[in-house]
Amino acid sequence: MDENRENRFMKYLRKDRLPHIFCAGCGNGIVMNTFFNGMEMAEVDFEKVVMVSGIGCSSRIPGYVKCDSLHTTHGRPISFATGIKLANPENEVVVFTGDGDAAAIGGNHLIHGARRNINITVICINNSIYGMTGGQISPTSPKGSYGSTAPYGALERPFKLSEMVKAAGATYVARWTTAQPVQLSNAIKKALKNKGFSFIEVMSQCPTYFGRKNKMRSPIEMLKWMKEESIVKRRADKLSAEELEGKIIVGEFQNKEEPEFSDKVCQLLEAQCTTGKPSSTRSAFEGD
Amino acid sequence: MVDFMITVDENLCKGCNICTEFCPRKVYQESGVLNKKGVHVPVPENEDKCTQCQLCALMCPDQAIKVDEKVDEKDDK
Ligand SMILES: Cc1ncc(C[n+]2csc(CCOP(=O)(O)OP(=O)(O)O)c2C)c(N)n1
Ligand code: SF4
Ligand code: SF4
Ligand code: SF4
Ligand SMILES: [Mg+2]
Repeated sequence: MDENRENRFMKYLRKDRLPHIFCAGCGNGIVMNTFFNGMEMAEVDFEKVVMVSGIGCSSRIPGYVKCDSLHTTHGRPISFATGIKLANPENEVVVFTGDGDAAAIGGNHLIHGARRNINITVICINNSIYGMTGGQISPTSPKGSYGSTAPYGALERPFKLSEMVKAAGATYVARWTTAQPVQLSNAIKKALKNKGFSFIEVMSQCPTYFGRKNKMRSPIEMLKWMKEESIVKRRADKLSAEELEGKIIVGEFQNKEEPEFSDKVCQLLEAQCTTGKPSSTRSAFEGD
Repeated sequence: MVDFMITVDENLCKGCNICTEFCPRKVYQESGVLNKKGVHVPVPENEDKCTQCQLCALMCPDQAIKVDEKVDEKDDK
């Protein structure tokens, strides 16, 4: 392809690995676009971006991007990301994770990352199912939805991820769907600019498993469903739980300033390590 | 004739038709023929109706679409 005729985000991608492995119409590709769009708006230096992911279809995104990246173990990207941020706080650390990766096996890492308020941005692609392993239900699958492990419909209540991460202490939290790419890009911009734990929940389509098992075969049907069921938070706040049944509440859930974790660590080291010798670093950690 | 171009990369497009459905000006049309890869690559049939809003390029999950950016009149000369 003539370079002038390439998509505007192609400069960030490893062209030799394209087309990517995602099914036709999968939301993961839309999230990639909105990330680059938000990154450009936030004027983040792409050279400083480090992408970290766990395991799942969504977690394969960093592998297609021309930046430093780390594909880690299932559920653990936030822990690895914490290490990368603390080793060099100049890094712009972004985690790509799925609902299974972040809320099931990695649920603890998620809430404790938020509690610490470490300056990383977590983009959780919530397709309400385990896509990669064949459509098992996840902690965010809506009650009554079908999956290969819920042939009679999910019996449990789903986690509301944005609400949960806000309660755990994150300083920027927003939820949008892949049907609102402009608002989503803006939220990603704000998340990147926030100095603290930022959480973006993207409701996304997995036509292959969630769609097929829940009578929405095409990605277009799924996008229309998300668009129609979305309600902005300001309006939702005035409605009862019954009225909100089946709705997707979108918008900003949190946006505030609080002391950030890597800053606190740096300040501690600065205050304690007066001699610059390894022994003084040790004493800073040991607290004497 | 329009003085800009819309291109869909045949090697990247997977034929999901998200562009066809969500373009507010209905610029794309579903293709009736399969390409070498077995994909119905949409055709920007109504290019003259395009407002260069860039929504299709932002929504295409496969980074297959390029719509020329609007040229600012002032920068033209
Ligand atoms: C320790 C461990 N347990 C289980 C698995 C199997 N496994 C791989 S991906 C996955 C779930 C992925 O779901 P999600 O994070 O929602 O990603 P999606 O594919 O939906 O994007 C599971 C259970 C694994 N790889 N490692
Ligand atoms: S299985 Fe689902 S989540 Fe995975 S690539 Fe296909 S559509 Fe996307
Ligand atoms: S949105 Fe992209 S991948 Fe889907 S049909 Fe249009 S050009 Fe092809
Ligand atoms: S730029 Fe906007 S109007 Fe033009 S084809 Fe794309 S979506 Fe349609
Ligand atoms: Mg998932």
